[in-house]
Amino acid sequence: MSTLEQAYAAARGSWQALETSRVPLFFVGAATCGRAAGAGDTLERLRAEIASRDLQARVIETGCLGPCSLEPLMIVHKPDAPRVCFGRVGPAEITAIVQRYVLGNDPCSEWALGAVTPGKLDGIAPLGDHPMLRGQIRRILANCGLIDPENIDHYLARQGYRGFLHALEVGADQVLAAVKAAGLRGRGGAGFPTWRKWEVCRNTPADQRYLICNADEGDPGAFMNRSLIEGDPHAILEGMLIAAFTLGASQGYVYCRAEYPLAIARLKTAIAQMRALGLLGQNIQGSGFSFDLHIKKGAGAFVCGEETALIASIEGRRGMPQPRPPFPAVSGLWGKPTIIQNVETLANLPLVMRNGPEWYAQLGTENSKGTRTFALAGKVKRTGLIEVPLGTTLRQIVEEIGGGSSDGKPIKAVQTGGPSGGCIGAEKLDLPVDYESLAQAGSIMGSGGMIVLDEETCAVDLAKYFISFTQNESCGKCPPCRVGTRAMLSILQRVVDGKGQLDDIERLQDMALTVARGSLCGLGQTAPNPVLTTLRYFRQEYLDHVEKKQCTAFVCRSLMQHRIDLERCPGCTACVKVCPAQAITGERGQPHSIDPERCSQCGSCLSVCPPAYAAVYRVSGELTRYEEIQAKKSKTGVAAGEEA
Amino acid sequence: MSVNQSATSLEEIVANCVADLDGPRGASAGPEHLIPILQEIQERQGYLSEEAVGTLGRAIGISENEIYGVASFYAQFRFQPPAEHTIHVCRGTACHVRGSHQILFDFEERLNIKAGEMTPDHKFGLERVACVGCCALAPVVLIDGQVRAGMKPKLVNGLLSKLGYKAAAKAS
Repeated sequence: MSTLEQAYAAARGSWQALETSRVPLFFVGAATCGRAAGAGDTLERLRAEIASRDLQARVIETGCLGPCSLEPLMIVHKPDAPRVCFGRVGPAEITAIVQRYVLGNDPCSEWALGAVTPGKLDGIAPLGDHPMLRGQIRRILANCGLIDPENIDHYLARQGYRGFLHALEVGADQVLAAVKAAGLRGRGGAGFPTWRKWEVCRNTPADQRYLICNADEGDPGAFMNRSLIEGDPHAILEGMLIAAFTLGASQGYVYCRAEYPLAIARLKTAIAQMRALGLLGQNIQGSGFSFDLHIKKGAGAFVCGEETALIASIEGRRGMPQPRPPFPAVSGLWGKPTIIQNVETLANLPLVMRNGPEWYAQLGTENSKGTRTFALAGKVKRTGLIEVPLGTTLRQIVEEIGGGSSDGKPIKAVQTGGPSGGCIGAEKLDLPVDYESLAQAGSIMGSGGMIVLDEETCAVDLAKYFISFTQNESCGKCPPCRVGTRAMLSILQRVVDGKGQLDDIERLQDMALTVARGSLCGLGQTAPNPVLTTLRYFRQEYLDHVEKKQCTAFVCRSLMQHRIDLERCPGCTACVKVCPAQAITGERGQPHSIDPERCSQCGSCLSVCPPAYAAVYRVSGELTRYEEIQAKKSKTGVAAGEEA
Repeated sequence: MSVNQSATSLEEIVANCVADLDGPRGASAGPEHLIPILQEIQERQGYLSEEAVGTLGRAIGISENEIYGVASFYAQFRFQPPAEHTIHVCRGTACHVRGSHQILFDFEERLNIKAGEMTPDHKFGLERVACVGCCALAPVVLIDGQVRAGMKPKLVNGLLSKLGYKAAAKAS
């Protein structure tokens, strides 16, 4: 038996031992998001509880299961019971769960999200029935949150590397045919058919080919790649093996952004484990195929998401793009044929090879096959990483999985594709999410960021936000992007400052179209999308800013004023204390007032004014907005918002 | 962070970085190793000092101009020692729509500096970061590299005083 087959046998054994464990197991989601939500404290308390009660138990750190707004998450295995997933598990909940559920019989249904494995437990529904998970189909994320990402046994026990071994068996031509039959398209943004890119690379004669995994997730508002690498690093690396084998590439790079230290650490661990099992190096598994992998840390340049700029960065130069052709598939890294694939594209390859292209293509639409992950965030109730079949509508994602608006305010738009994408107005929520439909709506699929906007988001301010991002990240090589983004930014700045003229809007549109047509690389070509889509769906807001000097969303500082309603203000001095500009005056017990000359419209007073008074209100143009007066909350009441 | 690292320790650092190279193109340091070495130096020293850049240039045969040309292109590299405490305000899209501009503004007001600057006593630095990938928990800030989720403007004062910040009387 080969070393690898022995490893499979051992892995199966240790996985089964976990499944039938006679001691309790605690799986704690400890990815970056989990830690940010407090998983560190949760783990500390859990270990202390285990030690002080002298429990026989094991703690296993996993990646993220997806519902980030419910983190920290913990799955508890108790002998003879289905595994139960708990949400928002802080130190206090740990103590209660250990005492009441692990040592007692109460499954703590107030924090339980659902049962992960089959079996009956009073008051606990299957986790798959949870509103956030019900509409999802998890293929790429199948392991995330359930396995220990630092233990290759867990990956092997769940059929890990079987897709690669199958690829070795059937040969490169068959793999290419399978990827083509599966209809897999690049998940990085443009949606180029993966097989076609590969074919070009394979048909270019060369003594050396390179494969690069683009994990430089630069889109602000996107975290799919981080979550996937932290939760299941071997899935991506197996995908790299399959791709490299098919392409005849003997060297591979993972280009991962430096802002993801945990992801980089997990990749390093995983690569060392692959080496130990003979999954990297010379003559892998006796197949004659040799491949080695290296990690390159990105140094913080959004433009390096562009293929030629990324190559320049790996070569140690300024990350500036080159005109194409030649395409990297023909002449890339050090002039050799190079294929660059997004993290998620690679993670799809083991699925295709393990289950076959027919299985893979069962989900999706005619031209967009399979599932894809989205980072759902913004003004939505349930945020996190989700996976749905392509063709699912925006409405299903936002309303069913996301649970609708987070603050009860109407949803205004969904932003997809980050700075290269656009805002799709709420009237288009029934749009199926596939490459073509999103493009027709003026946006792009992008890498999978999906930000929900409500009426407190100003469309003009958001356009300015994205343009100031791309202007800052423009490498400066070509004038349309370098000068054009700056010009667009200055027009947008005028508009939000209330100094816009009517012809500014036309000028902005012209400029946007020029930058899109004239720029050298994808950054400049897509940078105007946020402007063009907000002009398309929210033109009236631009007009309001210019003509009425009014920001309907009460975001643009120059167009609004904070005031205090003398009738409502009891003079509690909360706002006086917090005002950084010392603009609020008034004695305790006397109504306060804001000096408009000193006020910087920071809104601190509004945020501290007790909801029972709601005395601070805002004025913009013809609009006046009061917060609603709320009845005083009882101390035992459950905080508004997400229920478990 | 000691600014006066002796030349030998710098040379050692550079030599160690060169020795740890991971790449298919042989052990000799070439241009493709420049960025990883700079990252390593910054990791160990906190920033890229003039001395470090000079030492590195001599060690791998790349001119200082060229090194600065590459390093200044990337947002990660800094040429000044960092402040004692650095606060990064995430300006990702999810953080933006959940009010991170307000949080950045509040930190600027309280610290009386702009993003990208540090207080005159070098105790506090304020930076923007494009996105840290914790969008589902927006808005977030990083306090000395630790993510603080669900940030609110009214928590700014408390966070700063925890780090030992005392507001100087503001001349206005």
